[in-house]
Amino acid sequence: MDDEPYILWLDDCDRTSMSLVGGKCASLGDMIKANINVPPGFAVTTAAYRDFLVEAGVGQEIQKILAPLAACPDDVEATEKASLTIRQLMGSSPIPAKIEDSICRAYQELCGECGVADLPVAVRSSATAEDLPDASFAGQQDTTLWVRSAGSVMIRTAICWSSLFTARAISYRVAMGFPHDKVLISVGVQKMANARVAGVMFTLNPSNGDRSTIAIDASWGLGESVVSGMVTPDNFLVNRITKDVIRRVASPKLLEYIPDAEGQKAVVMDVPPERQTALCMTDEEVQAVAILGECLDVYYHYPQDIEWALDRDLPFPRNIVALQCRPETVWSRKPRESIIRQKGGPLDFVVANLLAGVRTGLNHSRED
Amino acid sequence: MTTNGRFPSPFEVPTPEGCEGWKDLYPYYYVFSEDRKEFEDKRFWFQDSMHHPEPLYPFDTITCESWWVALGQNNTRVFIVPPALGIDQRVLNGYLYITALPVANPDDIPARVGHFMERAGYYFQNWDRLYAQWVKKAEDTIAELKAIKVPDLPEMEDLETVVRAGRGITSAYDLVVAYDRAIENMYKIWQLHFEFLNLGYAAYLTFYGFCKNAFPDISDQTVAKLVSGIDVILFRPDEELKRLSQAAIDLGMAGVFKKTIQPDEVLAEMGKSDAGKKWLDELEKSKDPWFYFSTGTGFYHLHRSWIDDLTVPCLAIRGYIEKIEKGETLLRPTAEIRKERDRLAAEYTALMPTDEDKKAFQEQLGLARTVFPYVENHNFYVEHWHHTVFWNKMREFGKVLVKNGFFKEVDDMFYLHRFEVQEALYDLIGAWGSGGEARGPRYWPAIVEKRKALFEKLKNYAPPPALGEPPEVVTEPFTIMLWGITTDSIKRWLQPQGTGDSKQLTGFAGSPGLAEGPARVITSVAELKDVQLGEILVCPITTPSWAPVFPRIKATVTDIGGMMSHAAIVCREYGLPAVIGTGFGTKTIKTGQRLRVDGTSGVVTMLD
Repeated sequence: MDDEPYILWLDDCDRTSMSLVGGKCASLGDMIKANINVPPGFAVTTAAYRDFLVEAGVGQEIQKILAPLAACPDDVEATEKASLTIRQLMGSSPIPAKIEDSICRAYQELCGECGVADLPVAVRSSATAEDLPDASFAGQQDTTLWVRSAGSVMIRTAICWSSLFTARAISYRVAMGFPHDKVLISVGVQKMANARVAGVMFTLNPSNGDRSTIAIDASWGLGESVVSGMVTPDNFLVNRITKDVIRRVASPKLLEYIPDAEGQKAVVMDVPPERQTALCMTDEEVQAVAILGECLDVYYHYPQDIEWALDRDLPFPRNIVALQCRPETVWSRKPRESIIRQKGGPLDFVVANLLAGVRTGLNHSRED
Repeated sequence: MTTNGRFPSPFEVPTPEGCEGWKDLYPYYYVFSEDRKEFEDKRFWFQDSMHHPEPLYPFDTITCESWWVALGQNNTRVFIVPPALGIDQRVLNGYLYITALPVANPDDIPARVGHFMERAGYYFQNWDRLYAQWVKKAEDTIAELKAIKVPDLPEMEDLETVVRAGRGITSAYDLVVAYDRAIENMYKIWQLHFEFLNLGYAAYLTFYGFCKNAFPDISDQTVAKLVSGIDVILFRPDEELKRLSQAAIDLGMAGVFKKTIQPDEVLAEMGKSDAGKKWLDELEKSKDPWFYFSTGTGFYHLHRSWIDDLTVPCLAIRGYIEKIEKGETLLRPTAEIRKERDRLAAEYTALMPTDEDKKAFQEQLGLARTVFPYVENHNFYVEHWHHTVFWNKMREFGKVLVKNGFFKEVDDMFYLHRFEVQEALYDLIGAWGSGGEARGPRYWPAIVEKRKALFEKLKNYAPPPALGEPPEVVTEPFTIMLWGITTDSIKRWLQPQGTGDSKQLTGFAGSPGLAEGPARVITSVAELKDVQLGEILVCPITTPSWAPVFPRIKATVTDIGGMMSHAAIVCREYGLPAVIGTGFGTKTIKTGQRLRVDGTSGVVTMLD
């Protein structure tokens, strides 16, 4: 077990490394293998957590603190107290040098790859016991955005580890009879997208349900402006199969969210006039975004509603990243009905077509 | 000119100034007349600007008159198309107007469906065999035309073949028979032209409608890509030019094209060396039939072919040589095209909602692919190959008439209707036989001069796009299938044209993509040589034979044409953005003006 690495790059993660990197990082790794770009990053593995427990002597202390709780599983106050003690202990115990070195080196490498010193990253917990039904039992929700510097990454990593010992997580395990020392946790460290352009896409045309179309809304800066409806975004339609851009509509984009100078949050700025009415993406970029959407649709076997960004710190096409996705709900929930209105073979269709008057849509490929 | 969504009646359109007497150019049955007013005034007529954007030369009405019979008879008398009869024709102020005739009594339709299923069904089921038979018939018809000998009228008949052989028949008889055979041959090739066309388009457009229904966003180009053939005969002439370019390089003769692309000079230069002579041999191999390729639609006698004028081929060969020397490969990647076509079909099938839809899609795609080779290839046989031979054959009669003083120039004969030419020939043989004097030389030259002047005026006349009251919704299948006329296009015609300072022109999205560059406005083949690398070609219509300049240009804008027009097919093949049928491109755009051509949405923007 000693040869298990402390760091695994997301590119190297997949479902087989679940026990090492947790569900969230394994799934990001699977997506990367399915050609779905996500912001680059790494997992601090469960091996790092385990060695931290052993080498800092924290593990034995925790067992001692938790042992009495087995007798009184419903004692909320005792559980709260144990949680607080453990989390203070974990926060104050020094991380062994070799673990610290690994995390530090990985962070610096990520900064180097993106060409940004003190690269802002998101630090998230990634639990290994994904098969347990209650997601919150292992503190999976623990996420911190805009983390900068190796030192801060270290602190947030320790906090993620300690999220395994929230009162709720402890009492859940006690109630289920699940041993505390069998639950391990990994931490994902991922670049914050520094979006030059961002937006939302559907892997069908939301106005007519055409599944051979990918519809993209895009505007300058971070995606919040599009998601919140603060700007009217540029709109693109792409043929999913041929990748032809079949429509481009430029809109006046007056505002954009950009990370502020400190990189701690996003601020709203005016878009300079020369960029307001210009299309915010080239056809090549539009096509790359559409391909990202297609890959996600294929990956999940279902039409998707995707937040994406075009990251200014990364080279094309690596810069096109998926940030969030969820199933499309409007068209996809409707039953898919047959489009056939008459029976028979091709000749019957020809006759019906002649009788109906050839579809008047002929020659109407041009936009309205 | 138009009021309240109605076009003028054919009976209220004024004769353009100086064009009085234009009706004399056409047969009595070919013009609007008081005796048929009741019928003619009820119909909606539109000008066939797709095939006949220019006024009809009296002789050239033969192409229209041939398809008038041929198109109609297949709906009306052969396949019994359930809702539609044929397309009727009239000429007004020199321009061709057409109207689609419906089945008058809807109660007749069910019985017609039964006949159609039986008759069209037979053709669809036996398509490949019948099409192979068709190719033979078309080639035989062309061979028959080529074989027609147009005799000169000798001073004295030949001793051997006429006297000693006891022939009893002379060149006079041969001359009028030759003429009749040639005219009949034109009618025959058009009979064949429409043997498959209506069925082919009906099957293709049924598939098209099915696709549009399933995928509202699918573009016309993509539907065509799903169906289009791999070895399309229409591309073969261009393939021959590529072959000749490679041959020039292999023989060390590529330098000739760097010195000159004037056909005469190229031929003379090649003739000076053995290697050059070998290249000329290769040229001969390509010519028949691949240079019987019209630089126009083939409908007019003016549309000359590569075989008549090597300007376009020479221009193209120079371009191809440059490309080969840059290391580019000119071969069509047929394996990739086939793979891509299969990929598109598989992915669209997978997106169909139900298994039943998938099956129907596959079956209709199968039928569309069966019929499409005919749709793609028939033009080469008829409008290109046959008509090149036909117009030149007619010129042989013209030469005989010039020699006998009837005309000053050979092409003067095209200012006569074919019946008038026949009259002239009978005039000639009467005089030749009797040894008397033909009236023609005193009669026709003045008429030709008058008609030429009239014609110049007709050319500058802007005909109304349509006549009569339009239907609220266009449902007539052949209007839509063959001319691409829709409810929308009629609305567009009814809007005042060319008003304001609009910097945009719209047309059909002929071939996808976006390009910017300086315009080159071309109105005749002779100007093609002026096209510079990286320009955007703006022209009345492009035909496949113009394709060789395509490697030099960035995009194409045409005045005329529809989605299924050859220009669109060829631009897609070359991956060039094209906006087809803008109406006024050549009149609005100036050479040198910067343009943005969006072939995906069908919009041309003038940037200066």
